[in-house]
Amino acid sequence: MIQCKTSKEIGGMGHSMKRKEDDRFIHGKGNYTDDVKLPGTLYMDIVRSPYAYAKIKNIDSSEALKIPGVLAVITGKDLEQYNLHWMPTLMSDTQMVLPVDTVMYQAQEVAAIIATEKYIARDAREAVRVEYEVMKPVVDPFKALDADAPVLRTDKPDKKDNHIWHWEVGQKEETEKIFEEAEVTVKEQMHIPRIHVASIETCGCVASYDKVDNYLTMYMTTQAPHAIRTVFALVAGHVGLTEEKIRVISPDIGGGFGGKVPVYPGYVIAIAASFLIGKPVKWIEDRSENLQADSFARDYHITAELAGTKDGKILATRMKVLADHGYTDASANPSKFPTGMFSIGTGSYDYPNAFMEADAVYTNKPPGGVAYRCSFRVTEAVHAIERITDRFALEIGKDPAALRFQNFIKKEQFPYHSPTGWEYDSGDYEAGLKLAMKGVDYDNLRIEQAEKRKKGELMGIGLSTFTEIVGAGPSKDFDILGIKMFDSAEIRVHPTGKAIARFGTKSQGQGHETTYAQIIAEELGIPAKDIQIEEGDTDTAPYGLGTYASRSTPTAGAAAVMAARKLRDKAKKIAAYLLEVSEDDLEWEPGKFSVKGAPEKSKTIQEIVFASYTNHPQGMEAGFEATHYYDPPNLTFPSGAYICVVDIDSDTFEIKVRRFVAIDDAGHIINPMIAQGQVHGGLTQGIAPAMYEELIYDDDGNILNGTLMDYLVPTAVESPSWETGHTVTPSPHHPIGAKGIGESPTVGAPPAIANAIVDALKPYGITHLDIPITPYKIFKALKEKGVLDKNIVES
Amino acid sequence: MKKEITLKINGEEFTKEVEPRTLLVHFIREDIGMTGTHIGCDTSSCGACTILIDGKSAKSCTILAVQAAGKEITTVEGIATTEGAHPIQEGFKENHGLHCGFCTPGMMLRAIELLEKNPDPTEEEIRWGISGNLCRCTGYNNIVKSIKYAGAKLRGDELPSTEPEFVE
Repeated sequence: MIQCKTSKEIGGMGHSMKRKEDDRFIHGKGNYTDDVKLPGTLYMDIVRSPYAYAKIKNIDSSEALKIPGVLAVITGKDLEQYNLHWMPTLMSDTQMVLPVDTVMYQAQEVAAIIATEKYIARDAREAVRVEYEVMKPVVDPFKALDADAPVLRTDKPDKKDNHIWHWEVGQKEETEKIFEEAEVTVKEQMHIPRIHVASIETCGCVASYDKVDNYLTMYMTTQAPHAIRTVFALVAGHVGLTEEKIRVISPDIGGGFGGKVPVYPGYVIAIAASFLIGKPVKWIEDRSENLQADSFARDYHITAELAGTKDGKILATRMKVLADHGYTDASANPSKFPTGMFSIGTGSYDYPNAFMEADAVYTNKPPGGVAYRCSFRVTEAVHAIERITDRFALEIGKDPAALRFQNFIKKEQFPYHSPTGWEYDSGDYEAGLKLAMKGVDYDNLRIEQAEKRKKGELMGIGLSTFTEIVGAGPSKDFDILGIKMFDSAEIRVHPTGKAIARFGTKSQGQGHETTYAQIIAEELGIPAKDIQIEEGDTDTAPYGLGTYASRSTPTAGAAAVMAARKLRDKAKKIAAYLLEVSEDDLEWEPGKFSVKGAPEKSKTIQEIVFASYTNHPQGMEAGFEATHYYDPPNLTFPSGAYICVVDIDSDTFEIKVRRFVAIDDAGHIINPMIAQGQVHGGLTQGIAPAMYEELIYDDDGNILNGTLMDYLVPTAVESPSWETGHTVTPSPHHPIGAKGIGESPTVGAPPAIANAIVDALKPYGITHLDIPITPYKIFKALKEKGVLDKNIVES
Repeated sequence: MKKEITLKINGEEFTKEVEPRTLLVHFIREDIGMTGTHIGCDTSSCGACTILIDGKSAKSCTILAVQAAGKEITTVEGIATTEGAHPIQEGFKENHGLHCGFCTPGMMLRAIELLEKNPDPTEEEIRWGISGNLCRCTGYNNIVKSIKYAGAKLRGDELPSTEPEFVE
């Protein structure tokens, strides 16, 4: 049970308060970007390339321009005149806004139509004739490094191959020596598939440039409005759009998950069009455009190895990654490491040594990737370590739970220094796994499984005991184009004791309007219902770096605490003045200061706030306002213990997740209902790549499942009924002991499911299957092992 | 060539000229100006645009406005009464059945029809019943719970607990 320090009326930390933002959503009064209507708005549509790699010979807009209502067809050559045809990526690479001569992936933007109506713009899109000279694309990332592979980035004069960067961390020589001498080594090659965030709202914007005031108001689907404003100013400053002349408004967002961090070409073209025409320009992409051109995630090919002893002691891990970035490294990765936090790959285990290396390549696929509901590349690392841990257990014939208990970092080892350079803040991995095993009734499941195996039935139990790394971040390691990854909160309490607080983050469904109010309520004793939260407007909110990587509670949440504590210090001074005692004679309980030993002499926070405007002490600044910019001393390290039980039909190989128990530890919990909701959602986004989702390309670079007709986002039928719980191990460095929670389930769930399926197939000698694991993959694997009736043939 | 149509939306009658190719969802959002009905895909897969036409749930991205002439349409803006929120709206709020809110209007309208046809559905019936509507945020647990709550409220039964349940 979670203990609350405040009453239900105040609604501080630990209360499952109903969400303050819900009323507008359930009544259809949410205000998403496509709901923004400005007088005189023009509509933009985009002509896209049908080819993965081609020279543009000619773009003929003449027929399109004849359609009444079509105002312009913008091409790369038009943007080139303003030097706006290329833009920088967050990884110091470059990305085309519109191509001048070459397209690099299927569905790449080729030209933009501006018209008076949405349907007219679409008609014009069909009327633009583009002549291409098709070239053979590079699709396979392994072949991208072949000596005879065409060099894709011919725009970079010095580029002689498709290699982007190499990265490595850890103890190379020691690790190699351990592998040479170890009693047991295991190795698997695995692919973490290219997937898509597929938030139900796609991306879009309304760019509204006022020529008279030279002022741009940009309504857009962005998770990081301030950072985006700075990027726009850096890109467009040379044409007069400087930062004080740009206002980015991020209205309600229909899901982000990392996909709304990058700057997509559509945004920049809409701004350019509005700048040139002087009218608002709306661009809302279709779902198919969204799936085909934006924000892919993952796509890591990993060789994972583990060395250990016969009795189960883990000694070292070695991981080698090939990263397919598409035609440019447009990763939404705000760290100084090109692989983000992949080096969390030693996980929850006490590894003396580890070595990890990665190489990234260009291919003719859309650029990326984004940190889809995970701190950048943590999902990939966790999948590799949790799978190879199970592989090791299989090899030595040890129960995977027992193996984990044997190798966990112990509670008393924190702060723990990992062999790849991280300082884990806190954790109690044993407690989490014990609770998960109790919740799922692990021992009896193993008995049931043994009985079923005798009958030839396929039942599997899979574990994942992961460590996350969230809350970017300490400014020494994290920045966006040099801007350090702090975040901010500003609290203003009005004379009548009600408040507004503004933040540099931006909720996309996480419930900030409720949870931030609860944090402030906890600290000041002002009821959460009396505190209005505002985010997403760069003209009003303090500068912040946005919401992703589970960073809002670790950074902006902490900023709210610190700002509120400044106000409580001020409140104490005012209370002492009003009660005519010294500050040392006062004691605080949520909502009021009273005199020690004389509790009838007290002042409520509301009385104190009123006095700050009407009767403040001489020499003290009037009013009741505070701002804080919080740069965290370290990341936070949430963890989880997940257990999945699957039954596989022995005829059709249909996989059914019978049970899934998820125990998370994110330190102190602000709102258990919301935290649980985050876990539920993340788990469904975890089963998605484990069993259903992958963006698939053919040899010509055609995407084969670029619509929701064939990219299977789980429905309520595919998604099991999740069972969740928590242990509480506070972060020692966070002011309220909280860690991020939103991403743990997406990170931790896929290996639990994959481990369960592989466990079900253990009697047949299968040691690994790449996700998404489908009935067909199981069929193929069993057939290769010769366990299926030879008469069964693929139709 | 535009065509004149008359239809009722949330009890109010509208007569408008529309292009025959205008999708009903665009008509509702752009011509009428009610933006609670959302668009999440271009293949009739996601259900964010679900409305009621003469009481039956339908994906308004897959119907032309002219096909809705003479019909009675209900959108999310029309389900609350003067007495307050509809039980399904209350169910979603009380049970944390929404995060970003984008799929919520379509999900609720689908659930209204589901509960009319099957006032006391099982969990499995609810899951199949909303399988034409995608939610990317909630993992569906609490949507199921919200619909169960609304069912109880509509039947006049005792309301189930809205507290989150945990493995302990």
